[in-house]
Amino acid sequence: MTSCVQCIEYIMVFVMIAAAVFAVEWKDLLAAVVGMAAVSLVASILFFFLQAPDVAMTEAAIGAAMSAAVFIFAIKRTQRYETEEEERPGWWIRW
Amino acid sequence: MNISVYYFGAISLILTGLYAVLVKRNLLKILVGLSIMETGVNLLLISIGYIAGRSAPILSEGVGPNKAVDPIPQALVLTAIVIGVATTALALTVAINLYETYKTLNVEELRRLRG
Amino acid sequence: MVMKRAIAILTLLIIGYWMASALANVPFGADKMLVGQYYLDHVKAQTGAVNAVTAVVVNYRGFDTLGEVTVLFIASTGVAALLWRRKRERTAKTEGSVVLTTGSRLLFPFIVLFGAYIFIHGHLTPGGGFPGGATIATAFLMLYLAFSTYEIPHRGFEITEGLAGMGYVAVGLVGLAVGGYFLFDWIWQSWGWGHANIGRLFSAGFIPVIYTIIGIKVGTELSGIVDSMVKEGGE
Repeated sequence: MTSCVQCIEYIMVFVMIAAAVFAVEWKDLLAAVVGMAAVSLVASILFFFLQAPDVAMTEAAIGAAMSAAVFIFAIKRTQRYETEEEERPGWWIRW
Repeated sequence: MNISVYYFGAISLILTGLYAVLVKRNLLKILVGLSIMETGVNLLLISIGYIAGRSAPILSEGVGPNKAVDPIPQALVLTAIVIGVATTALALTVAINLYETYKTLNVEELRRLRG
Repeated sequence: MVMKRAIAILTLLIIGYWMASALANVPFGADKMLVGQYYLDHVKAQTGAVNAVTAVVVNYRGFDTLGEVTVLFIASTGVAALLWRRKRERTAKTEGSVVLTTGSRLLFPFIVLFGAYIFIHGHLTPGGGFPGGATIATAFLMLYLAFSTYEIPHRGFEITEGLAGMGYVAVGLVGLAVGGYFLFDWIWQSWGWGHANIGRLFSAGFIPVIYTIIGIKVGTELSGIVDSMVKEGGE
């Protein structure tokens, strides 16, 4: 079992990109907010690997806690699911 | 063309956020994409300032001034993260007010309303 | 529909290829510091701080931090102004369980203490004013989530936030009066306090003073944003 330090970086970047793609794709908006908080959390770990502890702390405190909380309060006051409606003629037709 | 994995990750985040802003129709999903784009830009800024083999820019014992990473991109990103969350909160309150007035969050519907 | 997605993905791939070929000229991990080397060489003598990032944010580029504090203030005022109704109240219906209420009431002072520790030691350890203020706001958010009728004392928080903002400008104006320019570090350079103990708590000029002001301001501001967004009300 060889131990490579670079494998950790590759795995983290892959998890981050997967969480971002899922956050954009899911129809349930609460799940999308959880995906966005996961992107923020893995970015905070990557900041630590790049030798930036101040930025890692700030991103963890603000991105994972405050940003997600503000989104959830906004979802509470609007709707939770994205609705798929039929496609109308494009925006260049005005009435 | 051979770029590092950090550059690749940051560019992928920016492109994913931009895809959500261009294609999606729900206003809250567009704001999720905008927030992911800001995280990607911050990651790109910090990974440009990294110097291999050096340590964090806190000059305690053992870390001299020529064994530390660049401190200026970290100072810029520290400011940018906090401003990002403030503008996201302001955009979300505008979305809440839009929902309470027009009862829809679909940007194509909102584009057709007048007055 | 499919046309729109195809054009969007094609545009994104072109933008991605352009960015990647531009970044191939910036080698990852090579030494490209120009101004940063000057700051790293002179940070202990000119500012007295051990944390170079904190010294750049508060001392060398302090005016940009004043601009950021202004942007945060405008955002918080904008959120409160857009969500203003005549009568606002919390509409939570389920009270938390006994474990949640007791645990959060026990944990709240320790989280506030930890946030204060982060911004007081900003010139020695990583962190500074902004994560410290965000931690304090997280403590108030936890109290909002645990109790169904908790509200922060809104009046007191607004007065504290305004006084902290004026305090930052007052520190800068005292620097203008003593030295030659706005935000001159008069504690380190005129009075000469703390030259003997670099690396301990009482050093680094006005960096702890300004970070205490910023920590209080950011904490009360983010709590105010949370409070405005939670309450619903009729006209």
